[in-house]
Amino acid sequence: MDPLIQVRDLVKVYHLGEVEVQALLGISLSIERGEFVAIMGASGSGKSTFMNILGFLDRPTRGQYLLDGIEGEHLSRDELAEIRNEKIGFVFQGFNLLNRTSAIENVQLPLIYAQLPSKKRKEMAEKALSAVGLKERSHHHPAQLSGGEQQRVAIARALVNQPSILLADEPTGNLDSKTSGEIMAIFKRLNQEMGITIVMITHEQDIAAYGKRKILFKDGKVVEDHNSAL
Amino acid sequence: MTTLFASLRIALRALLVNKMRSALTMLGIIIGVGAVIAMIAVGSGAKKRIADQIASMGSNILIVVSGSSTSGGLRVGAGTVPTLTVEDSKAILSEIPGVRSVAPHLSGIAQVIYGNQNWSTVIYGTIPELLEIREWSLNSGRSFIQQDLDGAGKVCILGKTVADNLFGGIDPIGQIVRIKKVPFTVIGVLNPKGQSTWGTDQDDTVFVPLSTAQKRLFGQKFPGMVRVITVQAREPEVMKTVEDQITDLLRQRHRIQPGQDNDFSVRNLTEVASSAEESAKVMSLLLGAIASISLIVGGIGIMNIMLVSVTERTREIGIRIAVGAKGKDILLQFLIESLVLSLVGGILGIGVGIAGTLILSSFTQWPTLFSVQAILLAFLFSGSVGVFFGFYPARKASLLNPIEALRYE
Repeated sequence: MDPLIQVRDLVKVYHLGEVEVQALLGISLSIERGEFVAIMGASGSGKSTFMNILGFLDRPTRGQYLLDGIEGEHLSRDELAEIRNEKIGFVFQGFNLLNRTSAIENVQLPLIYAQLPSKKRKEMAEKALSAVGLKERSHHHPAQLSGGEQQRVAIARALVNQPSILLADEPTGNLDSKTSGEIMAIFKRLNQEMGITIVMITHEQDIAAYGKRKILFKDGKVVEDHNSAL
Repeated sequence: MTTLFASLRIALRALLVNKMRSALTMLGIIIGVGAVIAMIAVGSGAKKRIADQIASMGSNILIVVSGSSTSGGLRVGAGTVPTLTVEDSKAILSEIPGVRSVAPHLSGIAQVIYGNQNWSTVIYGTIPELLEIREWSLNSGRSFIQQDLDGAGKVCILGKTVADNLFGGIDPIGQIVRIKKVPFTVIGVLNPKGQSTWGTDQDDTVFVPLSTAQKRLFGQKFPGMVRVITVQAREPEVMKTVEDQITDLLRQRHRIQPGQDNDFSVRNLTEVASSAEESAKVMSLLLGAIASISLIVGGIGIMNIMLVSVTERTREIGIRIAVGAKGKDILLQFLIESLVLSLVGGILGIGVGIAGTLILSSFTQWPTLFSVQAILLAFLFSGSVGVFFGFYPARKASLLNPIEALRYE
């Protein structure tokens, strides 16, 4: 079976007015199903740009990227949205929940765009909230939840569509160390028990330690790729 | 369908979050729709009044007025000197095939006295055909009979206004009134007809037989003459032909040489009235157009608020796009929002328009007329304003770059 993620000679160049910024300078790697990868690197190392490309939120300037055998290069904006909806779950540093919308409705958001009927949506959202241990708080609004709880709602939203991959961009960046530990425990459990592939950006060593594989970015290149599972 | 319903819920929630802002935005549409409905109601009310007045004049009517004679270099205005005769009117009826009916008349202003009451009014000496042409029916009593006409009978028929002012609650039929010291027996009272196109009270009048008017009231100086002949043509299409034929016939009968001026003039009343109707139509169009401008201004208000809303909710849009919203999902969400604003505004505007019109007409006594079509049109117009002015902000939202939108603070 092909790897879940295949990246070859990926280059990304931004144009900020006259200035040309080389964010990625030829990345090549592959990620298998069921891996838990931590991507590390200083700010400006290109790790966020790489995540955006992995998440089909951005397109590479050159090179090839295959997710589950799908290449995004020639797909339209709407087709990419469909792939994100079906195959990718996002967890952001700032949670990015909709305010004034209850937890369960936040979790249902991807299902609305998957055009599922409301009964089915509710069922799946409840299941996802149970998986992160928030079933009893499903009708609370984000403002009524703690940071850790908000991030757990965000994880439930990322999971609800049963995606092939979960992309987490500094998921514990806004949380204290105890809550961070709880969130990472959830990630670990999802990875081990449900076999969900996780790619996570972090700049904290102890958070990265939860991953089975560590990739270090520097100046748009992979300088270290260490797989502790092997 | 699922998305549409979900989009509607999202839109309603977003609007309810900023209640004050939504209400103020809607106010523009409310005023616009209200103004359109009120102005169309005023315009069509005016149009209907004119149409009613035209109908009250009778249809296909030509008026032949005597006068405009030139004798020895002295020119006299129309109607001042009677130059028409009863024989002229008989000739018009018998010789012109397009004529259905004719009614010669002679009129003057005189005081009518009953007991200690008096009332100055216009006295018409005529024949019953005049009432038939003008489709004017009797409320009580009878019309003139041949005997009254032949024998210059001292009988009269009163208009509603005269009857009310002289008799109050008493039944006028059979009572004696005096006109220029001549006693007349009241034989009938007419149904009310209301205002004429030029604003006079048509019911403020008294009818007497033509022969009586000629011999006893106004005709002594010019025996056998009449001032006006009212002619009714058979159908609207022959009006012009009949007008020309009357002119030819009367020139011949009055022995007017070619090159000489007519001693009468022929007027087409329907033409006068329809030009009044035309100007009312133009006025109501103009009023509607001005009101529509306020509706468009309201639409610009919607666009303004939707643009602010899109900017404020950039992050929300970014989240939606990241989890799989397509361009059309976002477009629909914001389009529905502006559509809800404009349609709710439209519904409230219909209420405001109707209420405003009723208040306006009760203060000014203007006639107003609501039409379902006008209300529906205003409502649909407000909806299309919502779509039109909501489209640009919605499209802007749908084209946002998700990475930048997610980073937006």
